[in-house]
Amino acid sequence: MLDIIDKYDILGAFWMTIRLAFFSAIGALLIGTVLAVMRVSPVAILRRLGAFYVNTVRNTPLTLLVFFAIAGPYYILQISLTPVNSPTALVDNGIRWAIVALAVYHAAFVCEALRSGVNTVPLGQAEAARSIGLTFGQSLREVILPQAFRGSIAPLGSVLIALIKNTTVASVIGVAEASLLMSEIIENETASVSVFLLFAMGFVILTLPFGVFFTSLSRRLAVKR
Amino acid sequence: MDDVKPLAAAPSEQIPDTPREPMVVMDGVNKHFGDLHVLRDINLTVGKGEVVVVLGPSGSGKSTLCRAINRLETIESGTISIDGKTLPEEGKPLAQLRADVGMVFQSFNLFAHKTIRENVTLGPVKVRKKSKSDADQQANDLLKRVGVEAQADKYPAQLSGGQQQRVAIARSLAMGPKVMLFDEPTSALDPEMVNEVLDVMVGLAKEGMTMIVVTHEMGFARKAADRVVFMADGQIVEIGTPQEFFTHPKSDRAKDFLGKILTH
Repeated sequence: MLDIIDKYDILGAFWMTIRLAFFSAIGALLIGTVLAVMRVSPVAILRRLGAFYVNTVRNTPLTLLVFFAIAGPYYILQISLTPVNSPTALVDNGIRWAIVALAVYHAAFVCEALRSGVNTVPLGQAEAARSIGLTFGQSLREVILPQAFRGSIAPLGSVLIALIKNTTVASVIGVAEASLLMSEIIENETASVSVFLLFAMGFVILTLPFGVFFTSLSRRLAVKR
Repeated sequence: MDDVKPLAAAPSEQIPDTPREPMVVMDGVNKHFGDLHVLRDINLTVGKGEVVVVLGPSGSGKSTLCRAINRLETIESGTISIDGKTLPEEGKPLAQLRADVGMVFQSFNLFAHKTIRENVTLGPVKVRKKSKSDADQQANDLLKRVGVEAQADKYPAQLSGGQQQRVAIARSLAMGPKVMLFDEPTSALDPEMVNEVLDVMVGLAKEGMTMIVVTHEMGFARKAADRVVFMADGQIVEIGTPQEFFTHPKSDRAKDFLGKILTH
C-alpha cells in the first residue's frame, strides 16, 4: 500500500479534482444565477428560455455532456481554449472543456436551488420593494436575491457536493483527476479494497467539511421572519 | 354615483371651503379575479390633503382598490391618475410614480434581511439618489418621529408588530410621498399595539398628508377621516362625511354593516 502511495501522485490527482470543482463551481454559480433571474423574470420569452435550458441540461447524462464538450467544440469545431501551439494544448483543453461541461450541467441545478430560495421570500417583500419605487432589477438585487441566496444555501451545498463528486466524470475524456488515477492503480497494481478506501476517504475529506460548513452557514444566515 | 361631495360638515375637523385639487382620480375602474367582479366601475376622487377611509365587509374589494392605486393590482378598464399623471403600465415610469405613493401593508413587509435603518434608507438612496449620510440623518429623524429610534440597528423580526408597522410608515415617509395608502394597517396587530400605529396615522392626517386608508378601525374613521367610502361587492355604495355615514347611513348595505359592527 505504502509503495503505491509513493509511486503515484495521489495528492496531485486530488489537486486536479479540487481545481475542476473550484472553477466549474464558479461557472455554475454565475450561469445558474443568470438562469434563475431569467426564470423569475416578468418576460415570458426569458422564462421559457431558462426553463428550456434547465430541462434540457438537467435531463442529459453528465458523461454525454463532458464527452460532447471535447468531441464537438474541440475536435470537430476546433475551438481551442488554450493557445493552439501550446505543448500541453491537448491536456489543457481536456481540463478546460471538462470545466465548461461541469459548469453548464450544474448551472441547471444551481438555478433550481436558487429558484427554491426565491420561493422562500414572501411575495410581500417584492411588493414592498416595488412600492418604494425600486425597479425590477433593483428589487432583485436589493431585496429578493439576498434573501433567496440565504434561503438556498442548504440546497446549494448539496449541488456543490454533487459537483465535487461529479468531477470524476471528467476521467472519460482523460482528465487526470482522482478517479482516473484510481482506475490506473487498480489496473497496474491491485484491485484491493484498500485502494478503493483510500480514494473514497479522499472524497469524504473533500465533501464532508462542505456539508458541515453549508449547514452551519444556512443556520447562521437564515433570514428571521 | 356623485363622488366629489362637498366637503363641509365634518364634525371635528376644520375643512377648507375652497374645493381641493384632485390628487388621486379613479375613473371607471374595473377588475375581475376570474369570475369575481372585484372592482365595478369605480369612480373616486381624492383631493390633496384629504383623508379618505374605505370601509366595507371583507371581500368587498376595498384592499384591491387600495392596491390598484399603485398598480400592485392591474386593472382591466378605466384610468387611475395621481397628481394629474395617469398610472403607467410598466417599467421605469411606473417605478417613479410608485416612489411618490407610499404604501403601508397589513403584514408590514419590512425587508427581513436589512436593519430598521437600512429599511428606511434603501428607497432614498436607490431611488431618490440621496447620499448615505443624508439618508441616515433623515431615517433617524423619521424613526424618532414614529418612536422607534432606539431600534434602528435591529432587524425587523426583533421588533413587535406595532413597532414594525411604525417603521413601515417611516419607510414610506422617507420617500416624501404625495399620497399614502394604508391597506388594513392594524389588522395584523395585537390589540394593545393598535393605538400606537393609529396615533402616528392621526398625526400624519393632521399634518395634511393625503391618505387613503382601508381599515376596520371605526374610531380612526371618526377621528381623522374627511370622508368615508363604503364599499360592498366591488362597488362604492356610499360616500359621506364620517358624521353622516355613522349616524345616518343611506344604503341598506351600510346600515346592515354598521349594525353588525357597532352593536358590540
